[in-house]
Amino acid sequence: MTIKYVMAEIHFTSHLRNLVPDGPLSAAGATVGEALASVLAAQPHVRSYVLDDRGDLRKHVCIFADGERLAHEGALARRIGPDSKLYVMQALSGG
Amino acid sequence: MSDHLLIATRKGLFALERKNSGWASTLIGFEGVAVTNVLSADGVICAALKHGHFGAKLHRSDDDGATWRELAAPAFPADAADAPSLFQIWTMETGGRTHPDRLWIGAIPAGLFRSDDRGESWQFVPSLWNVPERKRWFGGGYDAAGIHSISPDPRDDDRVFLAISCGGVWETTDSGNNWSVLGKGLFAPYVPPEQAEDSAIQDPHRVVRCASAPDVMWMQHHAGIYRSADAGAHWTRLSPPTDDFGFAVAAHPRAAETAWFVPAIKDEIRMPRDGALCVTRTDDGGQSWEIMRHGLPQRDAYDLIYRHGLEVDEAGERLAMGSTTGALWTSDDGGRSWQIVNAHLPPIYAVRFV
Repeated sequence: MTIKYVMAEIHFTSHLRNLVPDGPLSAAGATVGEALASVLAAQPHVRSYVLDDRGDLRKHVCIFADGERLAHEGALARRIGPDSKLYVMQALSGG
Repeated sequence: MSDHLLIATRKGLFALERKNSGWASTLIGFEGVAVTNVLSADGVICAALKHGHFGAKLHRSDDDGATWRELAAPAFPADAADAPSLFQIWTMETGGRTHPDRLWIGAIPAGLFRSDDRGESWQFVPSLWNVPERKRWFGGGYDAAGIHSISPDPRDDDRVFLAISCGGVWETTDSGNNWSVLGKGLFAPYVPPEQAEDSAIQDPHRVVRCASAPDVMWMQHHAGIYRSADAGAHWTRLSPPTDDFGFAVAAHPRAAETAWFVPAIKDEIRMPRDGALCVTRTDDGGQSWEIMRHGLPQRDAYDLIYRHGLEVDEAGERLAMGSTTGALWTSDDGGRSWQIVNAHLPPIYAVRFV
């Protein structure tokens, strides 16, 4: 069986600019979680900022996929296409 | 100038009175309890509490804080969509001259509540909660979106403007039965670029209006400061020579071109630049700015001024400002010089002239 991977474009919040290179990264994967995993494999130091110690999306990190802000639950399982554009953003802090 | 202040803090409600010897302060209620905002109107003080483990509460005093009575706090009805629970009362405002017994509460989550008996009972306003755009609202500083600014138009008290973090600015012209989202010209860099101009996801940190020119509004936004001359429909971004991040803004009650802001480094840092606190003032609608530092700490200061932490009195002369590190200042000359009142209060959520 051949698993067909697609390349999505993934942008990270400027709040992680110290950790992630500026500009979009290419990410292979058929789901948001797979695309994220492929990026985090190349950027392992970012992993704990986006995912918690159980591998779940951190509570105040949110992901937009193709313009849609994904509900927290199920965000990583969301299927993406070859031209998908992902944004890893964060909640806005209060003070 | 007003000689009376109420200060809502993380550890109780303080009343301050200006005497010949300076400001005298008294802890008038709720020792140790977070007071998230306070409202004084026609001899009534309403204090919004957040008891941590025990929920958001509302108390009222009819004798300047000598005694308090707990009121039924506003609540989301069981059949409200998504069935939220009240987390925090974020703002309270009066209903205006034609509705002398009316009060408004803006909450987190972003429910709007109306009382027509001075807080004795509260009605949830479902029409705002049920706008389709609510699906796009999200929390700013809290897990859920919240209403922090409510402003009836003094020319028509049924026309009410409000602001939501993060859910944009809204207006009703019929006391809350119908709502329109406003806010053309606002820009949100914290969402994907194609959504940056979506009015319903803007994060207005605080919006105030000029009492005598009510079409003039000032906004400290999460990303920039703005002014509107048409009651919030359209906004122009201003370019002060300082950081344009912050939370608080105060509008002069008569001079429509005058407002005050408190800059901080944006938005993942949220501290005064170089540890030096300043207040900015414009007197020409944002064309030029004064940066005012006299009497404010100019080194090692990490004070942040929250949304309701800056206010100007009805004369437009005296200002009060309270910080997250528990410092309280006043200015009697429109911000050009400041006097420290107390540097050791609990973290300050709201200051209000009485």
